[in-house]
Amino acid sequence: MFSVLMITLLLTVLLVGSNMDTILKQGVMFQVRAEIIENPSIANSFSNPDEFEAFIKQKIDERVKTLGLDNPWYSPQRIGLTMYKILILDFGNAAFLTSDSGSSNVGDILLEKIPRTILLFTSATIIISIIGIFLGAASSNKIGSKTDRITSTFAIVSSSFPVWWIGMLMIFLFAFVYQIFPARATPTIDSSEPGYIFSLLYHMTLPLITISLIGFGSWAYLVRNFMVNVLQEDYITAKKIMGIDKKKIIYKHALKNAAPPIITILALSLSGSLGGAIITEAVFDWPGMGRLYFDAISVMDLPVIIGSTYILTVLFLISIFVADLLYGYFDPRMRRGS
Amino acid sequence: MSIKTSNDIKNEFLKSKIGITGILILLVLITISVFAIVSTPLSTFQDWNNPEKWITYPKTSVPIWINLFILEKIPEHKIFESENITAEHNDIFLTSQQFRFNYEFNDFPNDFMYDFTLEYSDSPLLEMIVIRPDGTSLKLLSSSLPYSNELIEYKQRIFSADNLLRKNIELQSDTYEFKINDLNLSDIIFSKKTERSVLNGDYVFVVNVYSLETQNTFLESQLIIGGKAFGVMGTDELRRDLAVGLLWGTPLALFIGVSVSIGSVIVGLIYGVYSGYKGKKTDEGMMRFNDVLYALPALPFLIILAVTVSNSIFLMIGFLMIFSWVGIAKVSRSMALQIKTRQYVEAAKIMGQKDSKIIFKHIIPQMLPYVFASIAISVPAAITTEAGLSFLGLGDPSFPTWGQILHDANTYGAAAQGFWWWIMPPGLLIAVTGLAFVFIGNALDTIVNPKLKH
Repeated sequence: MFSVLMITLLLTVLLVGSNMDTILKQGVMFQVRAEIIENPSIANSFSNPDEFEAFIKQKIDERVKTLGLDNPWYSPQRIGLTMYKILILDFGNAAFLTSDSGSSNVGDILLEKIPRTILLFTSATIIISIIGIFLGAASSNKIGSKTDRITSTFAIVSSSFPVWWIGMLMIFLFAFVYQIFPARATPTIDSSEPGYIFSLLYHMTLPLITISLIGFGSWAYLVRNFMVNVLQEDYITAKKIMGIDKKKIIYKHALKNAAPPIITILALSLSGSLGGAIITEAVFDWPGMGRLYFDAISVMDLPVIIGSTYILTVLFLISIFVADLLYGYFDPRMRRGS
Repeated sequence: MSIKTSNDIKNEFLKSKIGITGILILLVLITISVFAIVSTPLSTFQDWNNPEKWITYPKTSVPIWINLFILEKIPEHKIFESENITAEHNDIFLTSQQFRFNYEFNDFPNDFMYDFTLEYSDSPLLEMIVIRPDGTSLKLLSSSLPYSNELIEYKQRIFSADNLLRKNIELQSDTYEFKINDLNLSDIIFSKKTERSVLNGDYVFVVNVYSLETQNTFLESQLIIGGKAFGVMGTDELRRDLAVGLLWGTPLALFIGVSVSIGSVIVGLIYGVYSGYKGKKTDEGMMRFNDVLYALPALPFLIILAVTVSNSIFLMIGFLMIFSWVGIAKVSRSMALQIKTRQYVEAAKIMGQKDSKIIFKHIIPQMLPYVFASIAISVPAAITTEAGLSFLGLGDPSFPTWGQILHDANTYGAAAQGFWWWIMPPGLLIAVTGLAFVFIGNALDTIVNPKLKH
């Protein structure tokens, strides 16, 4: 698991390394030139422009050397150094982006954005799974009924719409035609003010509704399919013959036995939604990880890209791990098997 | 896994309603693609981002069929062409252009524009007159073109906002019974005499060119009545005809979806089957590699690849393949593990057949129904992922995909300004294309795995 994380990060570094290098070198050149030109006494001490240019060039080379940029970006030392720094969670400073409070430390930026993404997507996942589980259980109760057919159709139809497109429609409908929710999900007031939490929650409503609307159909469909399998088992038939209420069987016994796969998928969909957050957050302008990631890539801010990839991968791996643990907890057969 | 012949599968498929629906939608989409490929040459792809090509089109106008549903007809944007009419009278040569049209909308046109290229020498006189349905004729313009002593091609656009036209109309202001000073020129020309409301009926715009020496010829001549409705799908902020973009998007989406899914299914299948068939250490190693790839966050990597390597559409298809074969490899491995224990595979092995032959002749044919189902099921994901990347502005700019149309819509704030015709169709098309493949895949899936039928 740890090796997966390292490979991911190494790949990221390899992919963005050369671009980042060029940008950094250009940055150094501008900086050195500006510093020298700002100081007229240095410029005056040279008699001809050629000499002056040579001096600037020499200074740039010196600076490049002290920053370790003279080695090519793919040299083992530099990659090794970057990887070591990542290992000790030192992401360094962002080249362009800053956090809302103005800090350019990547750790600060990430700490500011992660809670927002988790807030939005965890609450969406919770809503989706609650609606999905009950709807799925209800439609597995009477297979072929109206509820069942509507749920299945809705699941198939809703899953083929891109979430971000529905997002655009929702913004069009509920922010402009009926002005109920704000179009941009970034809260307008400062994070230090007391009403900030409420403002954040209010701005979160529209994205939350959109994600839930698109998500719960396929959830209900999955739960239904698992339930159908469980309901064919002998012990359920036995309970039916014993005369136990059908609702009780479904919600108490069948749902419990269908839990392991449902929980696995819950954990996986949570981590999957974090990846999808990039586009969703771009549509709603939600100031979370996804938006940060996209901003970082558009300006090639390597430290931020690495930091975000790190967090996204870690979250992904944690949820796979938790899914495994929960599976073992809910399904004792798995524990004995392994 | 039950063994079914291809005929069984075909028969069962034809019985399933959703399968047929899927095939029908797909056929419609293929027809659209063929039409798009046949009707528009490939070179016009470049024109999508070329503002020069769209200059005569209106800005963000609604589709014309909207007029069928509302009582107040929105003026359509019309482009008229005219035949050359030439005459000679007392040594004066006359070349004339006539644009006759019936104006039947309930609102004034936005503006009008006359765009022409004339081949002439000397200094001819250009005259522009409009004859209205009530019989009155208004003189819009009468001016001589710049002198030239040799034959030249002269290109000019006369706009309704031109001050010269306004002055001419103001000279004839006694035609009207109300004050016309502050009104738009197109509002005056298309208005009733008695009050400021639209006069419907046949209008004729006449353009005459008089010259003394030679006959002049119009090389190009277009009258554009600027409306607020245009085409089957309307236009966007950059005046592009959305119908064209949507039409071109269809073959592209199908191409992207189908090639990604076929590519990744083939790679995943061979990888998985080989790994499962070989077993032991090979299997272990190959599956570990698979696990690593599975744990990579796909979308972030696709974005990095698109930004750093290239956003060419063909490379994008390759990148999408890298991330989509992993799941298929896992499933085909477990299927291969089952099939390889069957007696005929063992028999083939004992007979000393080559591994590759056993895999391709004995194992893979058994999995073909599953393969087709997974090809169909993985198409929508490929299409939506590509659309998502294009939506972020990372698509190939030389090919107008549906995702890019939505990207433009988002950057120009289409949702905020209520340009529903810009947002709805591309998304619907993405969804419908996805649905077609989901339907086909689901129908195949229920046939291949009968357990899901309940």
